[in-house]
Amino acid sequence: MSSVRFNGRGVWAIYKFEMARFRRTWMQSLVTPVITTSLYFVVFGAAIGSRMSEVGGVPYGAFIVPGLIMLSLLTEGLSSASFGIFFPKFTGTIYELLSAPVSAFEIVLGYVGAAATKSVILGLVILATASLFVPLKIMHPAAMVAFLLLTAVSFSLFGFITGIWAKGFEHLQFVPMLVITPLTFLGGAFYSIDMLPPAWRTITLFNPVVYLISGFRWSFYGSSDVSVGWSLAATLGFFALCLVLIVWIFKTGYRLKN
Amino acid sequence: MAAPILDIRNLSKTYASGLTALADVSLQISKGEIFALLGPNGAGKTTLISIVCGIATASSGTASVAGHDIVGGYRAARTLIGLVPQELSTDTWETVLATVNYSRELFGRAPNRAFVEKTLRDLSLWEKRNDRIMTLSGGMKRRVMIAKALAHEPEVLFLDEPTAGVDVELRRDMWALVHEMRSRGVTIILTTHYIDEAEEMADRIGVISRGKLILVEEKLALMRQLGKKQLTVQLTEPLQQLPTGLADWPLELTNDGTQLQFRFDANAERTGIPGLLRRLDELGVGYKDLHTAQSSLEEIFVSLVSERESGRHV
Repeated sequence: MSSVRFNGRGVWAIYKFEMARFRRTWMQSLVTPVITTSLYFVVFGAAIGSRMSEVGGVPYGAFIVPGLIMLSLLTEGLSSASFGIFFPKFTGTIYELLSAPVSAFEIVLGYVGAAATKSVILGLVILATASLFVPLKIMHPAAMVAFLLLTAVSFSLFGFITGIWAKGFEHLQFVPMLVITPLTFLGGAFYSIDMLPPAWRTITLFNPVVYLISGFRWSFYGSSDVSVGWSLAATLGFFALCLVLIVWIFKTGYRLKN
Repeated sequence: MAAPILDIRNLSKTYASGLTALADVSLQISKGEIFALLGPNGAGKTTLISIVCGIATASSGTASVAGHDIVGGYRAARTLIGLVPQELSTDTWETVLATVNYSRELFGRAPNRAFVEKTLRDLSLWEKRNDRIMTLSGGMKRRVMIAKALAHEPEVLFLDEPTAGVDVELRRDMWALVHEMRSRGVTIILTTHYIDEAEEMADRIGVISRGKLILVEEKLALMRQLGKKQLTVQLTEPLQQLPTGLADWPLELTNDGTQLQFRFDANAERTGIPGLLRRLDELGVGYKDLHTAQSSLEEIFVSLVSERESGRHV
C-alpha cells in the first residue's frame, strides 16, 4: 500500500468535528460574547463615551471597537483550541487521534484551523454588532483582515499549547482569566497608551497585546500607539514562538504520550 | 513462512519513574492469525499494544506492520491497524453515526455509507445511529468503540480486554464478529484475563508477565498439554520399587510406595489404562482406589507466572 503524504481527510474530519461542537454550543459561543460586547457599547459608548472627548480624532465609542474585537478574538481562539485538545485528553478519546495516521502538523491544522475559524466568525459578528451602535470606518481593509487572521491563528495555536499543558479544568481557566484578560485590559483596548504616565507607558510596551490592538486599530482609523511595522513584527513573533513550542511538544510527546 | 504481518523486535519500555513495563519483547504474528495475549494486571499487555498503535513510545526496539515501521512508516502502519482500547472513552455529545464516520475519515478513508451501515448493523447499532452516545448503556458504548475501530477497514485489529465487564450477549456478538473478521483475513490480537476465551478463540497464545513474554505456544500444543491427565492408583500394600513387569508404562511410585502415578493422554486413541490395570491384576498388585486429575490451562498459566516470579526473587 502506498503511503499518503498528506491526510487531508483526517484534517477535514477534525475540523468538522470541532465546528460541530461550535454549532452545538452556539448560544455560549456566539450569543454570550455578542451580549457582553453590546453591554460594553451601552456603558462605554453611550453612557460614559458621550461625556468623553475623542481619542486621536475618533469618537470614544468607535475607538474601543478594535480592542473589543481583539479581546473576543483572543479569548475565543484560546478557549476553543485549548478546550478542543484538552477534552479528548480528559475523556481518553485522545487514543484515537494518537493512533490515527495523522501527523502532528495535520492535528494542529484541524484543531487550530477550527478554533481560528470560530474566532474570526465571532470577530466579524462583533464588528457587525458594533456597527449598530457606533459609526465605524475601516481605512485599511486588507490589513484589518490580515491582523484578524494572524491574531486568530496565533492565539488558537497558543490555546492548543495551553490545552496540552493543562492538567485540569482550573489550568484551562487560568490562562484566559489571569493572563489574557489583564493583558488585554492593560493593552490599550479602552485607552490610548499616550494617556498613561511615562513610566507605565514604558512598562506597557512589554505587553504583546498592545501591539496587536494598536495594529488592528490602525487598520480601522489610520492612527496607532506604536508603529504598524512593530505591531506586525510582534504579531508574527508571537506566531513563530507558538509554532516553535508546538514543534517541541510533538517532538518530545510532552503531556501527550508517556 | 510468509513475512509476518506484525513483527515486534526487542521492544522495551521503561517509564521515567524507572518502572520497566516491557523488557525485550519479540513477537511475530502471521496474517489472519488470532493471537491471545494473557497475563495478570500490570504485566505489560496494554503497554505493548499502545506502543504498536502509536499511543506510547518505545524506549528501544522496533515494530512493523506489514513491513511498515510504526515510527518511520507510521501512516501506512496505522492505516492498517484498528484499536479497541480497554477504557470506555467516547465522544459523549456525538451521535453514533457521526462518531463512526469521523473515525473512518480520520484514518484517511473516503466515506462509504454501505460499509458503515453494515458495520453498525453487525454490532446491532444501526437502530441507534442517530442517538447521542451519552444516552447509550455501557455495553452499547463498547459496541460503538468497536464500530469506530472497524470503520476504516483495518487489517490488524487489537482488542484490549474486549469482554471485561460486558454482558453475555455482547460477548457472544463479539466472538461472532471475531470469527467473521478472521474469515475476511483480518489478523486479531486480543488481551484477556479469561483463559477460556483464549482457548475458545485463539490460534496461538502468548503469556506475558512483568513485561516479559514468557511463553508463546500454539494453542493446540497447549491443549495437548492440557489433554494430559494423571491417574493415581491407591495401592492396598506399599511397594518398595516398581515391578519390572510395569516397565511399559511411565509410572512413578509416590507417597512412600502407596501410590502409583501414571500420566496419560486423554485425547489419545489408547490411553493405556485398561492394559495397566490388567497387568496389575496379573502381578497381584492390589489397589483400593483410582483417581484422575487434569491440569487446566489456568493452572499451567499460574504456575508459569509464579515460577517466573519466584525465579526473580532468588
